[in-house]
Amino acid sequence: MNPDVLWRYLPSLLSGFGVTVLCWSAGGALGVVLGFGLALLRRLDFPPLRWTLRAFVEVFRGTPFLMQLFLLYAGGPYIGLRLSATAAGILGLGLYSSAYFAEIFRGGFATVPHGQIEAAISVGMRPLDTLLRVELPAALIAAVPAIVNMLIVLSKETVVLSIITVPELMYQMQTMAAETFTAFDAIFAMAVFYWLLVEAVSRLGARAEARVTAYMASEGARA
Amino acid sequence: MKPEVILRSFGHLTQAAGVTISVSFAGIAIGFAIGALVCVAGLSRRAWLARFGAAYVSVFRGVPLLVQLLFMYYFLAEFGLDVPALAAAVGGLALSSAAYQAEILRGAFNALPRGQAEAAVALGYADSEIWRRILLPQALRISIPPLINEFILLLKASSLVSVVGIAELTRVSMNIASMTYRPLEAYVGGGLFYLAINLTLAGFGALAERRLAAGQPR
Repeated sequence: MNPDVLWRYLPSLLSGFGVTVLCWSAGGALGVVLGFGLALLRRLDFPPLRWTLRAFVEVFRGTPFLMQLFLLYAGGPYIGLRLSATAAGILGLGLYSSAYFAEIFRGGFATVPHGQIEAAISVGMRPLDTLLRVELPAALIAAVPAIVNMLIVLSKETVVLSIITVPELMYQMQTMAAETFTAFDAIFAMAVFYWLLVEAVSRLGARAEARVTAYMASEGARA
Repeated sequence: MKPEVILRSFGHLTQAAGVTISVSFAGIAIGFAIGALVCVAGLSRRAWLARFGAAYVSVFRGVPLLVQLLFMYYFLAEFGLDVPALAAAVGGLALSSAAYQAEILRGAFNALPRGQAEAAVALGYADSEIWRRILLPQALRISIPPLINEFILLLKASSLVSVVGIAELTRVSMNIASMTYRPLEAYVGGGLFYLAINLTLAGFGALAERRLAAGQPR
């Protein structure tokens, strides 16, 4: 590839990378928070609510992310939801991943041995204390690897946002490719870049996972 | 919301669902063949083969699928190969899925107790027989549920081949949306088709899991 071209487009590529990171972090944070809320709500003993939440998870896990984005971005205005491409992208990432995060947290809660909860009740802990001090720490430790993994998957999904014209890295790169007739070079550079990015994120993720698990285990022991 | 828009385009959506299913099925089948080779390479005692297997998995799982698909599309064009978009799409899905399937198979082989192969050696089985009659049947049994899961993931990922112009579910939903000016109905309709296919597949997955677990020690 011609280095001049790359140099000329560097500002737009950098801003695209910024948007990618913004969408990833905001969408991921939204997904974790929503997913945690969903997992907590699913614990309530109220069947209609449980079925609704189950249906939510099935729908968002059973349809392609691209389809959800189209529905949100193109269909949203018809129900009064008028969003910019970037906002729709972040909300889409958040909703999509929240279904996966909800299942991850649910799995985390399921790993807490029942005896621990019974023990907490028998020493007279209130339900809220049992949840916050017994179940939650153990559930979170169990969920950390899956959360890190999902965040890595999500970093790759941000590329799909380019299709609804979110000005992230892939979009900027395709603009550059179209304006300079360098489609092959640009795609090749993009593949290498994303591979390095995902490798780096995976390595960092593995380290973060070890840190967080160790920290929470020690905190849990103290509490 | 006008449900009749969905009903009127039902025929188009059904046809498109057929394309989605065939593209994904071709992708998963070719991907399985490549994935099996990559898995064998990764398990190989020859260092360069093992490194090749690991590199393949790392690259194809690390690069986003959309980038891979566009790469396939432009890569073939760059060398003057006039390959139809459909072949590029199926090839892209297969190469990507192969990396995931290789990992599934590798996990299955690693899950088999070592003692079985050792016992077979002690009983005088030939290497090829150990593979064919002892390791392979068990590894396949373990990997069927995760493979069905991978099929569901690939079916969803196949919506990305709409960008190279294949008339599958997502593309046809887009067309319906732009023809009727009713994106809400068009995408809900398309989404329902995906949901129906995936729930059916998930049902098969659960069934297979139960069937295969029968008679197995817990």
